[in-house]
Amino acid sequence: MRIFDPHIHMTSRTTDDYAAMAAHGVRALVEPAFWLGQPRTSVGSFVDYFDSLVGWEPFRASQFGIRHHCTIALNPKEANDPRCREVLDILPRYLAKDGVVAVGEVGYDSMTPEEDDVFAAQLELAERFELPVLVHTPHRDKAKGTTRTLEVVRESGLDPSMVVVDHLNELTVGEVADSGCWRGFSIYPDTKMDPDRMVAILTEYGTERVLVNSAADWGKSDPLRTYATGQAMLAAGFSADDVDQVLWRNPVAFYGQSGRLELEGADADEGATFEGNSILRGARAS
Amino acid sequence: MTDLRRSRAVPSSWLDEQLDGRLAPEAAAWLAGRRDEVVRRPELLGEVFPAVARQVGRDVVDDAWTVDEAARALLLAALATVVPAEHLSTALAEVYRYGDAAEKRAALRALAVDEVAELLGDRAVPILADAIRTNDQRLLAAALGPYATAHLDADAFRQAVLKCVFSGVPLALVDGLPDRADADLAQMMTDFAAERTAAGREIPVDIHDYLAKQED
Repeated sequence: MRIFDPHIHMTSRTTDDYAAMAAHGVRALVEPAFWLGQPRTSVGSFVDYFDSLVGWEPFRASQFGIRHHCTIALNPKEANDPRCREVLDILPRYLAKDGVVAVGEVGYDSMTPEEDDVFAAQLELAERFELPVLVHTPHRDKAKGTTRTLEVVRESGLDPSMVVVDHLNELTVGEVADSGCWRGFSIYPDTKMDPDRMVAILTEYGTERVLVNSAADWGKSDPLRTYATGQAMLAAGFSADDVDQVLWRNPVAFYGQSGRLELEGADADEGATFEGNSILRGARAS
Repeated sequence: MTDLRRSRAVPSSWLDEQLDGRLAPEAAAWLAGRRDEVVRRPELLGEVFPAVARQVGRDVVDDAWTVDEAARALLLAALATVVPAEHLSTALAEVYRYGDAAEKRAALRALAVDEVAELLGDRAVPILADAIRTNDQRLLAAALGPYATAHLDADAFRQAVLKCVFSGVPLALVDGLPDRADADLAQMMTDFAAERTAAGREIPVDIHDYLAKQED
């Protein structure tokens, strides 16, 4: 099983996580810029964070044979802090970089007017830099937030195939499927989605235009939920090819729209060896 | 210690000659368009500079230059034709500040372009200091080109050379050697060699020419 985790915050994870991910077939990932738990109060903190997303963190990932890419944005939660608004001014410098494969996470947290402005401004940046967009949907008032998100995306004129709407569940998936946007699901140990609920949604809505991620971060989360979902799919009768589509080919297709994915050497099909690696052996043994 | 290259002084016309024929037509057209754009709207440098390598490629030109570094240096050389020194200095400091490792190296390498160095005077010394503070061999090697030879003071130059020895950057890549070697540097090298010997470790072979002369 080859896995591309399209949404995981490795900055908050340990090298043990990288080792476990590599052993379970994770060969590539995208780390979206988001908030860090502790609110930031100046642009400088964001600049250092962005530098880490294009510098130190890809280096760490490479030590485990994992390709690291990132998305860059001012996240909706911190968009409400006037001290952080100037982050918008430095985004173009980062959106032009090689390892940056989307604008994100953007979207709504509390659906304030400030969030409206920042969301719209960043959708314009996505168009200007010809990048896909990763849209976060709110934890509270999710259904209404999702509806409003889709309206804003529609008004922006962006091609829906360039947009993934993330953190969906049974209540919000239908509307996003109808919009033509990609559907993103974060599989968590307790909250959001679990592997069995994910399998039920895949059964109902199919395996096209869907991204499954662990969204693992500094909170209680699990970087192997992608792998667990793949196993649950197989147990429910999905083929290995279906699993490969959801966990590898779909994220490659979505982020590949940036023209900046670097997967050479990491994308050998299942059964192939990667420099005689132990990745598949690890996966089978666990 | 892979991919360590020297910085060697060249006029921008030499870079143009090197890129001529090395770039695919689309890449050459892209670069020409961006140079015009930066001349007309200097504020766009910040978003053009990072995008260069995936447009023009990263092929090696010689022991000093790669295609992407040459292209980035030409953007700065183009800017140097239309803005005052202070403006160029700020623009360079910003592409260095916000740059990833490859962009930082390119910003340092651009200091070896005659037109850029002449306009800047000593204004880019702070970015040399930053590069020398890092532990990145490639940045260190890129920093110690002709601009450093001309503008680093004696203390900073000696410390930078010692850091090369300490971190494994071959001294042959340092533009200012052997010309700027002095008795103080020789003493620092000798002390370094003595520490290594006391610790039972090897001494880099390329420092022998720079050790203080021992009385026999």
